[in-house]
Amino acid sequence: MAKRYSALSLLRHALQPSSPWPRAWRSPAPKSSYDVVIIGGGGHGLASAYYLAANHGIKNVAVIERSYIGSGNVGRNTTIVRSNYMIGGNTPFFEFSLKLWEGLSHTLNFNVMLSQRGQIGLAHNPSQMDVLARKGNIMRLHGIDAELLDRGEVMKLLPYLDYSDAARFPVVGGIIQHRAGTVRHDAVAWGYARAASDLGVDIIENCEMTGFLMEQGKVVGIDTTKGRIRAGKTAIAVAGHSSHIAAKAGLRLPVESHLLQAFVSEPIKPLVHHVVSFGAELYYISQSDKGGLVFGGHIDGFANYSQRGQFPKVQTVAECAVSLMPCVSRLRLLRHWAGIMDMTPDGAPFIGRTPVPNLYLDGGWCYQGFKAIPASGWTFAHTIAKGEEHELNRCFSLDRFAKGGELDDHGSGNWTYKQ
Amino acid sequence: MLRITCPWCGERDYSEFRYGSEVKTRPAPGTGDLKTWHDHVFLFDNPKGPTREYWQHVLGCRQWLVLERDTATNAVGKAVPARDAASKSGAGR
Repeated sequence: MAKRYSALSLLRHALQPSSPWPRAWRSPAPKSSYDVVIIGGGGHGLASAYYLAANHGIKNVAVIERSYIGSGNVGRNTTIVRSNYMIGGNTPFFEFSLKLWEGLSHTLNFNVMLSQRGQIGLAHNPSQMDVLARKGNIMRLHGIDAELLDRGEVMKLLPYLDYSDAARFPVVGGIIQHRAGTVRHDAVAWGYARAASDLGVDIIENCEMTGFLMEQGKVVGIDTTKGRIRAGKTAIAVAGHSSHIAAKAGLRLPVESHLLQAFVSEPIKPLVHHVVSFGAELYYISQSDKGGLVFGGHIDGFANYSQRGQFPKVQTVAECAVSLMPCVSRLRLLRHWAGIMDMTPDGAPFIGRTPVPNLYLDGGWCYQGFKAIPASGWTFAHTIAKGEEHELNRCFSLDRFAKGGELDDHGSGNWTYKQ
Repeated sequence: MLRITCPWCGERDYSEFRYGSEVKTRPAPGTGDLKTWHDHVFLFDNPKGPTREYWQHVLGCRQWLVLERDTATNAVGKAVPARDAASKSGAGR
């Protein structure tokens, strides 16, 4: 077991720089069989493995990661956590997730650097204010903090926005969730990996899953580049590639893979003290601890696995940035990247069982995959351990479209049936 | 940037076009049970590699096309009128 991190251990290592920190998690060779094998060592896969061991005592678990821990979407996002969702199903789920985030550093004994700087959504006309008021009321009915802001209050909090008469989208007001904020994304992967490994979970990096092992229509394990691994239960947690992996078990999913781009500017002095989202377009911005402005916008709009974004979205996002904050117009973009998202027709994810016996799926994460990691892992582990859904992930079933149970929060899925 | 050669208008930036979805064969109207239609509307092959998909030239001739594209590399192949592709496969959109 890895030594627990503490102020004392930090001091000891500072005074003895010649003694290296021990590896944060073990690096074992795969065993021939496990109770549960999880395909995908991203945030969701690692969190699921951790909660399987911590909450359900199922410790004979392997997480199979094609590359290295932190190489996928968990390290390729804008690190925002919040629970300001409006419709049934989403609201309690994301609030549960935010509550887990609030205690995560202590739970994992790993500083995930949660910064509850507050998230402000802006309104640009009175009807948007009405929508925000309704959203705030629904949140408060669920015990979630929400506060409406008038124009003057927004001006005080965000003095750098364009309030001039020439503003393309005048700011009428907004809504703030004070408990929302950001988390250090890499630390989430490292923290869950270390804590899961301490509980006995085998984390197997650089090991690609190549196919399912099927017997009498049931999944009984997987083939990998490091050999055959049998498993009582097999779970898919490979967001972005869910279709690709599920197809190996003969499953078609209600998913299209789309690209979502994000951007970081050159570092500047502290300017943006909150997470701010623009009500006129899908655009949001925050400032990292290094000083870079981190922001993103809509998906590119067509199915794509290439992890290479298209220029028109760069332009749209830059236009949003300058329209909202003219002061950033001369900043340079340091870098931008594209992550592959599982876009679903209703913009909500899948956490649960599949029609294939012994096969479980956590996928379909559109825009909300990062902030969902703790609750997703918690409920997915529950479903794997008990063979049935937790009350918080019952609405995220794979068959909800057949049953008329869409969760149409923002209509922000793949849009294909809206054209 | 992705460039698509419209059979009517020639080679243009993809931003002139709207993406439809991968080409699927629609069941004939009035046939098939609920599962058939659910599968048609909601399920996708979503392949990682070569595929055929609908695009509409919204800022040009407004015609629907079927485009060959590789979703892993973004390599773009030929675009043909959707109605030609549909008559060949016996399916309409």
